[in-house]
Amino acid sequence: MAETLKVAMPKGRIYKKASALFRSAGLPIPLDVDETRKLVIPLPEAGMEFILAKPVDVPTYVEYGVADIGIVGKDVLMEENKDVYELLDLGIARCRMSVIGLPDWKPGIRQRVATKYPNVASQYFREQGQQVEVVKLNGSIELAPLIGLADRIVDMVETGQTLKENGLVEMTSIFEITSRLIANRVSYRMKNDEIQALCDRLQTVIMSEGANI
Amino acid sequence: MSKPKGFEKPAGVRDYLPHAVTKLRRIEREVLACMDRWGYRQIMTPTMEYYDTVGVASSTSDQKLFKLLNKRGTTMVLRSDLTAPIARVMSSLLKDEPLPVRLSYHANVFRAIEEEAGREAEFFQTGVELVGDDTPEADAEVIALAIESLKAAGVEKFKIAMGHMGYLNGLLQEVLPDRTEDQESLKQDLLNRDYVGYRNTIASLSLTEVQRDQLEGILKLRGGREIAGQALEISSNELARASIEHLSKVWEVLEAYDVSRHVLFDLTMLGDFSYYTGMTFEGYAAELGSPVASGGRYDKLLRQFGRAVPATGFALKTNRILDGVQGEEIVEELPILIRYTASHRKEGLAKASELRAQGHTVITSIIPDSANVRDAELPVVSGSLLNRGYREVITLR
Repeated sequence: MAETLKVAMPKGRIYKKASALFRSAGLPIPLDVDETRKLVIPLPEAGMEFILAKPVDVPTYVEYGVADIGIVGKDVLMEENKDVYELLDLGIARCRMSVIGLPDWKPGIRQRVATKYPNVASQYFREQGQQVEVVKLNGSIELAPLIGLADRIVDMVETGQTLKENGLVEMTSIFEITSRLIANRVSYRMKNDEIQALCDRLQTVIMSEGANI
Repeated sequence: MSKPKGFEKPAGVRDYLPHAVTKLRRIEREVLACMDRWGYRQIMTPTMEYYDTVGVASSTSDQKLFKLLNKRGTTMVLRSDLTAPIARVMSSLLKDEPLPVRLSYHANVFRAIEEEAGREAEFFQTGVELVGDDTPEADAEVIALAIESLKAAGVEKFKIAMGHMGYLNGLLQEVLPDRTEDQESLKQDLLNRDYVGYRNTIASLSLTEVQRDQLEGILKLRGGREIAGQALEISSNELARASIEHLSKVWEVLEAYDVSRHVLFDLTMLGDFSYYTGMTFEGYAAELGSPVASGGRYDKLLRQFGRAVPATGFALKTNRILDGVQGEEIVEELPILIRYTASHRKEGLAKASELRAQGHTVITSIIPDSANVRDAELPVVSGSLLNRGYREVITLR
């Protein structure tokens, strides 16, 4: 008998795209799941159980094995650095991690960078041989250069619309971001057949639809 | 950071109260007894070693080693595993010992800042080393013993994944001859368990489609016996071929042990330790989120200590098993309480001694002269983490 797969799903932006991808792969996922307020949703027809989590927590649930697999953006994986398998690039929620600043930015004596991703930012600037002070913020990062908290920011850029509206420019792109399928080290072995079958189905959809989801 | 409060302990280490110790000791006893029945004799090595010898050989990365300085300024480490210390003993105290040698151990080991879930700085390992035998028979013996040990520890549902360092090395050498840097970055992707990164790295190298398929093919090499055949189709490199032949022979022996149903091939798995040279394996329990056993062949480690002999072994993560495995409830006999007044002291203590000689647990306690009779009848136990009551209360007054 196939075992139930516990899937950590990110609430919000990525959820709709990910569940659409699952449906394209032939899994019976109801459309109204994301409108309920339940956090754990059994989906016996699909052989799954969804755990709806804050995206940044998805790798933690998977690392500890309370979820067998999960869907999460590469940005979170790079920042959190958890010990999980990264099995598949789902090609959804495509965007990029970038360094952003005001158009007339010049390197000052003391450089400050505001970001939601302090690990990613410090590693990037270390690799560039730049000494910067990284300030962690939890939202509205674009504010920081406008009001003088930081002279540059590191953040996710999807369309660039928010930047344009706030008179900011994208200076460098650090890496490309898409959502990934991740798996717990033990589940990957104990539920090998179920996880492999899901991977194969998803991969078929990704190959045929390309990045147009 | 502020000064710690009196009740605090450092992160990553823990206290074990009696009920946990009872369970831990039972796991330890059962597993060591199992290893003993297979002819592995227990060894103990020091908690502290020189950084330059065992520390360097242990292959725990530098920032994960606990380091201290002794009076002369020599760098010391707290042992991060038992494999390197045992390699040191094999090359010194046991250097003339006829091979093969079978040793077992149960010990606490130390790692500063574990990256994985749990983040333990001190934990227990129970394991074996089989030194001086490079046959598939020896590799199968340690895997079969790992399976027996997991069962002895009370783990009911588990799997063992078995791989081989040589297969990947051979395949990389075949597809990317002498491109060491590219080989390393592909290996690093697999070590990070980043299959997306692995595919991206492949795509970034200028390769023919056949070569790309070869390298991507390894990601599918997980499963039963049939994987050996598929692996041989992908690579015809001599080292890769020899590795698969070795694993197939190990599998045959495991079938003879009648344990192959617990084992699967996984050629994407690289041991977390850099000293592994051949077969590697990991054990997984259904109840636990991270591996409970890991092991493999390390034929070059002992050479660092001056004795070039092959070796293979494994270690169980004993306290992970403690955390995750229910096992049978341990029914302990409750103690007998003997209470006596000062005038009955001699009689009470003699009675206690007699019952202890019969194998009972006995606690004695004096009834103060001031205590009235009702108090003396009622030993209080509620709310205690340690006292679960008495089997019998004997009052002598």
